[in-house]
Amino acid sequence: MLRVAVKKQRGSFLLDACFELPTPGVAALFGRSGCGKSTLVHVIAGLLSADQSKVMLDDRALEDTARGLYVPPERRRIGYVFQDARLFPHMSVAANLKYGEKRAAGRRYVDIDTVADLLALGTLMGRRTHQLSGGEKQRVAIGRALLSQPNLLLLDEPLASLDAARRDEVLPYLELLRDQLAIPMVYVSHNFDEVLRLATDVVLMEAGKVTAQGRLTEMSLNKDLRSIIGPEAVGAIVDGTVLGIDASGLTRLKVGHGELKVQAVAAAVGTNLRVQLLARDLIVATQPPQHLSVRNILGGVIIAVSGDDADSDLVAIDIGGVQIMARVTKAATRELDLKAGLPAWALVKSVSLRGHSFAVPAAASTERTAT
Amino acid sequence: MIWLSPAESEALRLSLSVAARSVALSLPLAILLAWLLTRRRFVGRTLLDAFVHLPLVLPPVVVGYLLLLLFGTRGPIGSWLERAFGVQLIFTRNGAALATAVMSFPLMVRAMRISLETVDRGLEDAARTLGAGAVDRFATITLPLMLPGILAGAITAFSAALGEFGAVITFVSNIPGETRTLPLALYTALQTPGGDIAAARLAFVSFVLGLGGLLLSEWFARRVRRLLGH
Repeated sequence: MLRVAVKKQRGSFLLDACFELPTPGVAALFGRSGCGKSTLVHVIAGLLSADQSKVMLDDRALEDTARGLYVPPERRRIGYVFQDARLFPHMSVAANLKYGEKRAAGRRYVDIDTVADLLALGTLMGRRTHQLSGGEKQRVAIGRALLSQPNLLLLDEPLASLDAARRDEVLPYLELLRDQLAIPMVYVSHNFDEVLRLATDVVLMEAGKVTAQGRLTEMSLNKDLRSIIGPEAVGAIVDGTVLGIDASGLTRLKVGHGELKVQAVAAAVGTNLRVQLLARDLIVATQPPQHLSVRNILGGVIIAVSGDDADSDLVAIDIGGVQIMARVTKAATRELDLKAGLPAWALVKSVSLRGHSFAVPAAASTERTAT
Repeated sequence: MIWLSPAESEALRLSLSVAARSVALSLPLAILLAWLLTRRRFVGRTLLDAFVHLPLVLPPVVVGYLLLLLFGTRGPIGSWLERAFGVQLIFTRNGAALATAVMSFPLMVRAMRISLETVDRGLEDAARTLGAGAVDRFATITLPLMLPGILAGAITAFSAALGEFGAVITFVSNIPGETRTLPLALYTALQTPGGDIAAARLAFVSFVLGLGGLLLSEWFARRVRRLLGH
């Protein structure tokens, strides 16, 4: 468990944040630019001092201003991946990777071959850092941080300086790290797509404060989160278990007590996939629909109907312990008389759904609720 | 060297030897001061900064005179050096090296500071999170990255040391074979009736030396830049 509580006044800006991350897990620090996310991870790393701070990783206190305790960054065993990679320009890729490894203290859990395999660094080893593309630089920076054998990895908008194509090139590697190394990570981002693909937990920040935190699947419909990501990206994030592949090549996924067919790359039966059901893609029916091309029909009960904007409502539906949300026009709400307690069926086209591989850590799916 | 007279080649060799000693003496101290003045905030920093730059604005004769007061046989440091180590600076080439070192010190520190200011402190932070302590960081990140400045500073100081006149002649006098470097030999030649040709020859040697130094430093700088990946 990582516990962080930080108070820091900087001019008129007050950072006053605390959060907890169950380990192993990936906590996304998510919020608009300038909300204090970066400052917060700098304090966790020990690179920046705060007026009041307490940082605990598992049973080890790294910083506690009340007790005058401060472990310097070089002895925290916290890896840091910076937005601008910060590779050492006077060293080769291999020398960069070995820099942290040579200085690592304590238990070693990855060696250079494993890291080179995971991040596909084999062909880059002999290169100078200025010969690397942006995506390659970030992969080397991640590898370098991992080889220092950290107990926690901080990623400070590692993909923010990359274009969309480079970003898609690096993201799968980060997913691989999360699923194979079980190292706790704090991932700073203002891009929700990255959060959706990587995070187990999300800590929402706004103007220096933590406004909400919890498991991403439970937080996906949170009001504060909705206001940050905007109406187009609103939608339930659900984890499902792969049941198999159907005749047309779609992956069958058990979600709640229903079944979803989604597009996904080679997922084995029994593994987890994560899917976002965008509110704007869902259609609501009050009777079991028939004779439709739609492949996904999820039956459930309406939990709540709330106003979204002038013309539309958001309808929350429980589909067996899992909540999803659909956006409908106010006219539809009236005509169908949508209200809490009514049975409803949500429809969504398979082509709108993409499953992301997501091996939820063993400890993750059970305990903890949103706070 | 066949085309130089024994006295000329002696002056040349002496100049190179004095300049080399001078650079060797000031280099570590200059690196330390450049680092202190760029990276640390402490009481008296401005004063120290001004003190380092003094030789640039003082007449060299004044510097030579101050060195005489401090390092002369009766000076506080000079007498102690003699008693403790049997080292005499006055009228020796080591004394000449000290005088040129003091004179060229501000140039050296200046070149290093400019270079140090361009070293991305973020890289030092990165090294920190990878487990490198203060000395380790300095040796493996800061020092290599300020290498262009160190080289530039050393080469500038070396060239300046070859040409230093006032402080040298004031502090260690003009002794053939011991402290008569190129500029002092040139001056002596000018003072000697019929020494015009000798003076011209020495001036030419200084010219070749200077040009060679500049070309060499450019070549070095290019190599280092490539090494650092610019």
